[in-house]
Amino acid sequence: MTRAFFAILRRDLALALRAGGGAGIGVIFFLALVMVVPLAIGPDQKLLSQIGPAILWIGALLASLLGLDRVFGADAEDGSLDLLLLAPLPLEIIAFAKALAHWLATGLPLVIATPLLGLLLGVEMKALGATALMLLIGTPAIAFLGSIGAGLAASLPRSGLLIAVLIVPFTIPVLIFGTAATAAAVAEASLFGTAFKLLCALALFSFVIGPVAAAAALRIGRSA
Amino acid sequence: MQLTASSISCVRGGRALYDGLSFSLSSGELLLLNGPNGSGKTSLLRQIAGLLPLDTGTIAFEGFDRAEETHFVGHAPAIKDALTVSENLSFWCDLYGRSGASPEAALKQLKLAPLASLPGRVLSAGQKRRLALARLVAIRRSLWLLDEPDTALDAEGRATLLEIIAGHRARGGMVVMASHGTLNVAASCALALDEHAKAAAA
Repeated sequence: MTRAFFAILRRDLALALRAGGGAGIGVIFFLALVMVVPLAIGPDQKLLSQIGPAILWIGALLASLLGLDRVFGADAEDGSLDLLLLAPLPLEIIAFAKALAHWLATGLPLVIATPLLGLLLGVEMKALGATALMLLIGTPAIAFLGSIGAGLAASLPRSGLLIAVLIVPFTIPVLIFGTAATAAAVAEASLFGTAFKLLCALALFSFVIGPVAAAAALRIGRSA
Repeated sequence: MQLTASSISCVRGGRALYDGLSFSLSSGELLLLNGPNGSGKTSLLRQIAGLLPLDTGTIAFEGFDRAEETHFVGHAPAIKDALTVSENLSFWCDLYGRSGASPEAALKQLKLAPLASLPGRVLSAGQKRRLALARLVAIRRSLWLLDEPDTALDAEGRATLLEIIAGHRARGGMVVMASHGTLNVAASCALALDEHAKAAAA
């Protein structure tokens, strides 16, 4: 079982990172979004550094929604999904491995890019660290919630935007508690503990519900 | 080992493909599915695999567990363009458990050994088919569900396919194969799925 789990993880990482896998698209989109914000808002250094963490969160959230259609869509297209369904491994474990690989290839680079992109917005050091750390918990939650949409739309062609629209409402709690925890960490407010714990709870919740719901969606989609 | 289907039926898109189909298959036997395009050969294979629900009837598996013992080779080859030939095969071996020949030996038998390090995207249709068939050799499972496995294969490839099917049956394996009669295989029984939504066992 462990061997099969790591086989899926390795394969999906290799597919995402090799040419044409699209792992870099999210970071490039994130960069584009962060670069246009100061141009639209104007050279108000104070305002930018104040709203910077929120901009980073919005950018990371939207960038996380890119490429979700590849999680199961590519396997549905080339027949691999049938073979995954027939594999001697619970579909929930397969969905977990695929969501994890998707986060490692597309979500983790966003977290790593966050401090650098924050500099473009003039965000202070302390806020940079807080934002990156909160995104380290928030982006996997978004990826695992996103895998539900990916499972639902697995056999639909060009489903990228559909998945994003389906999933955005479910990621709102992550955004609310993630930004609240970030702001509280910067201000050293007492609210931090509550928001941080709720963000962690949301992440843990998504790790469980994401693969189970994605597997159920895949089973329904295949048998129709 | 025995596979027994009793009065199964399939409705696709509001149209009954077959109704009240019954057949059974024992160790070493091959069931050949005949029928024109759209007669339900692929749907029947998918129902046996459990990829498609049964509309009526049951399929019983005696002496083996379907989830652990089924190979499905469909029309889509399940090959990733970005992975090499050997990576493609090794992935399925890792996922299904290595139990048959080594991946290298399987590639050699299907005459793919010289292509092992090439990416999937450069393979021809026939080479992709051979790579899909290499799974059958590299992973040992008792029930093979083959959907027109000779599509795009050359004469040599068809001969290799017949050879591996014969080897599988000699070991007591079972095969259900959809074909248009292009493969000269010795079938234990044949099932004709005709276009009138009624199936008659021939």
